[in-house]
Amino acid sequence: MGMAATESQFHVLAVDDSLIDRKLIERLLKTSSYQVTTVDSGSKALEFLGLNEDDDQTNPPHIPSVSPNNHHQEVQVNLVITDYCMPGMTGYDLLKKIKESSSLRNIPVVIMSSENVPSRISRCLEEGAEEFFLKPVRLSDLNRLKPHMMKTKVNDHQNFEKLEESEETQFQSPPPKEQQQLQQPPQPQQQEQQQQQPSNNKRKAMEEGLSPDRTRPRYNDIATLV
Amino acid sequence: MDAVTQLQRQLVDYTNSLFLEGFLDDQFNQLQQLQDESNPDFVVEVVSLFFQDSERLLNELAKVLEQQNIDFKKVDAHVHQLKGSSSSIGAQRVQRVCITFRNCCEEKNIEGCLKYLQQLRHEYSLVKNKLETLFKLEQQLLAAGGTIPLY
Repeated sequence: MGMAATESQFHVLAVDDSLIDRKLIERLLKTSSYQVTTVDSGSKALEFLGLNEDDDQTNPPHIPSVSPNNHHQEVQVNLVITDYCMPGMTGYDLLKKIKESSSLRNIPVVIMSSENVPSRISRCLEEGAEEFFLKPVRLSDLNRLKPHMMKTKVNDHQNFEKLEESEETQFQSPPPKEQQQLQQPPQPQQQEQQQQQPSNNKRKAMEEGLSPDRTRPRYNDIATLV
Repeated sequence: MDAVTQLQRQLVDYTNSLFLEGFLDDQFNQLQQLQDESNPDFVVEVVSLFFQDSERLLNELAKVLEQQNIDFKKVDAHVHQLKGSSSSIGAQRVQRVCITFRNCCEEKNIEGCLKYLQQLRHEYSLVKNKLETLFKLEQQLLAAGGTIPLY
């Protein structure tokens, strides 16, 4: 399986109606060595992901077509990070659409919000968001994205139909390094194998430590809400 | 003290004063950390966007508050946006006024809204001046052959 150089990079789709915040998140993501696409609305995000808002949810996985609207389907997205408060489709609405889509539901979604509303946070986590970041988002927050994205990297190399049937994904994760590119081999066979639980909003995520320079809590598990 | 050292000292002192006086908070530091040789103008670019956005929002706010029947939802939406962008660049005092402004929106308090709009304009013009001065000092330092210190 030939791998182009860009395949080893993770591609993040960032959604925010604020130009300033788009510029910020783009810079944060690029600094963390991710490939970034930014859009200013939930509907544009769905368009980019190749999902029509009117799509029937029982559709089979999307078969790449030659229609000009669908050329984006070839672009892999490893994570969607979206603002919560947006006019029209909110980040929550976008999250729902992604999780309800058979072709997109395995893409990890992270929500950002400037408002610390516990009920909002639980609702998002319950709907399947991997993380909930309080704005303004910092570089240290982005360290928590990689584990989520690595799951999708392995999935891409599996048969799409198999994905449909099983919720469980098995993958190996090499020991975490600093912000460097991690080369993912095509086969899921390697020395270090790690059984991972299915993507589940209720699972305990990676270690939570409050970094020394901040005191605001981070949310990725309902149980940790105060 | 040579020119570069003097300018550097000036810049550091000035920047520190902005933090001490609450004009800027740690988010501004975060912005500076995102600037590097490949993106040498990042902070200026983001701050310029903030200036443009704020001026637009302040004008919109004035318009909405002039109406006979004030649409408080619209007022709140604009203030929310301004709160977000000021928070994103670390303009702390502007952000704080936005927070209290929103309370007036909730209470549909016209007097309060008008008062806070004034305060918002004031705080915005203050921070705009401060940041423009900061950028000028940086330019002077760079022109003299110095480098911007890491704070």
